[in-house]
Amino acid sequence: MNKLIDIENITADPARLVEEGRIHKSLYSNPAIFEQELERIFNKTWVWVAHESEVAEAGSYKTAFIGRQPVIISRDRKKKIHVLLNRCRHRGATVCEGKKGKTRAFTCPYHGWGYSLDGELRAIPKAEEYEGVIDKQELPLERLRHDSYQGMIFATFNEEAEPLETFLGGARKWIDLFMKQSGGYPLQVLGDHRFRFPGNWKIQLENTTDAYHFPIVHKSFISSLDDQTSEVFDFLDGEGFVEDLGNGHSVMVMIPELVDLEANLDDPIPERFAELAEALRAEGHEEAEVRRLVRAVGGSGFNLNLFPNVACSMAFFRVLTPISVEETEIHHVAIGGAGAPAPFNQMRMRLHEHFQGPMGFGTPDDAEGWERVQKGSLAGPDGWILVNRGLKRMQPSADGNPAGAVCSETGMRAAYQMWKQLMTDEAGE
Amino acid sequence: MADSMFQQAIDFLNREADLLDHKAYADWLGLWERDGKYVVPVDTHETDFANTLNFAYDDHAMREMRVARLQSGESVSSEAQEGTVRSLSRFCLLDEDETSIHLRCAMFLSEVRLAKPLLYPANVEYRLTKTSEGLRLHTKVVRLINAGHHLNTVAFIF
Repeated sequence: MNKLIDIENITADPARLVEEGRIHKSLYSNPAIFEQELERIFNKTWVWVAHESEVAEAGSYKTAFIGRQPVIISRDRKKKIHVLLNRCRHRGATVCEGKKGKTRAFTCPYHGWGYSLDGELRAIPKAEEYEGVIDKQELPLERLRHDSYQGMIFATFNEEAEPLETFLGGARKWIDLFMKQSGGYPLQVLGDHRFRFPGNWKIQLENTTDAYHFPIVHKSFISSLDDQTSEVFDFLDGEGFVEDLGNGHSVMVMIPELVDLEANLDDPIPERFAELAEALRAEGHEEAEVRRLVRAVGGSGFNLNLFPNVACSMAFFRVLTPISVEETEIHHVAIGGAGAPAPFNQMRMRLHEHFQGPMGFGTPDDAEGWERVQKGSLAGPDGWILVNRGLKRMQPSADGNPAGAVCSETGMRAAYQMWKQLMTDEAGE
Repeated sequence: MADSMFQQAIDFLNREADLLDHKAYADWLGLWERDGKYVVPVDTHETDFANTLNFAYDDHAMREMRVARLQSGESVSSEAQEGTVRSLSRFCLLDEDETSIHLRCAMFLSEVRLAKPLLYPANVEYRLTKTSEGLRLHTKVVRLINAGHHLNTVAFIF
């Protein structure tokens, strides 16, 4: 029987809530822990905010959240990217409520203060009353430190955070591989599905590195596939693996033959893409181009989980935003190739619609599982969530990292060890 | 006197709504033209559905697969769906010619999932084909007014 722990002192000591192979269920339901997570994780580490293609042109903007804090990602007239706090410096109203678009300025709707795309305060109605009171140059929208890797824009409130490339570390190799799925064209966001589920953000974080659930939860999706494709998705007994990449990141390789989408271009074209190949040939594309696009169209054979809020998940970006301790918003961001042949991007969007989003054949069943976990976490005065699958069968990966079988819970353990490190970091207080 | 084509179309769409609320999905599939499209766009102003991301963009094969999934017993979210009630109103005739009729209406759909009621208001556009066997669905576009924000699990057909 599990030993009971002192509930009274749970929030005082997050270190006791994460063990090597199990985590305490209060991590999903304790509001005090959630508040600490916002402060010690989302306000301290690098958080994904956008892909550069979402703010492709001068004047483009997109809104996002870092934890609960609203931010704007903008590209100014000189095409420089900025990440700005979405908060007027006067009385604090948000200055932009659009999801994305193009604008010449951000104007506060309350008293009309106007900011340029780089955040500079440009206009104050009836400025004479501020003479000798404020200096516009000192009141830009607050700018966040940000950096990009392969077009993925990350931002942080922490000026002391390690460089982004160091933070991503061993994950960079996998990001490079993931980007090959745009078929030789620049990777471009094509749109997103947004949905919420009544559960904690870490339940979704775990799911991206959870192969074990796939044949159970997604039985109805697998049933909708042709025989050849359903064999590809039958990967639990295959040669796949989960590798701990450090800093809470992990990769789960489900389909090893689809790790490098620029390799094996002479393989037979799968049945489900035969029609696409014909459409590309009919448009006059060379056979080499047809094969490159067909090979890339279904996405990579792995999920790369980047702590804490984004994943490069087979064929899309999965982005999570914590709303409250028991509510999370998920964006499934569809991607394709900028300037790629229309049939290629159309097929990518149709595949995305098939599995992802609130009406997909996969996501709703995932969300049902996550909701059940949240409800179950309230049962009993004490209890633990097991993440110890494959714990005793770990082996070093080709890159020398800890790795387990494809259905091991290696990636979850990696994320929770990072959680523990950040939540107990003395400097984080 | 025979009902006007507009009234026949309204009757047809109310029958379609009734089939969906009562999960008579096989009969619903039978209302469609084979080359018809069932669309739930993400952007409520979108018209180029093939070249944009939708929540659903179903041709005949996808409609059949969607129905099979909802009825398979293999989908835990579908099993948790307790039912929908929808009403169509504010019908507006947009266009009519010899072969088809184009309408728009308001839809208020309520569902109950895991004991929670949810409301989905939408503008719905239909193009119905006139055939010797009566009207058939050619295009149905469900523009949810909340589509641009976030949805929860949708384990039914709008």
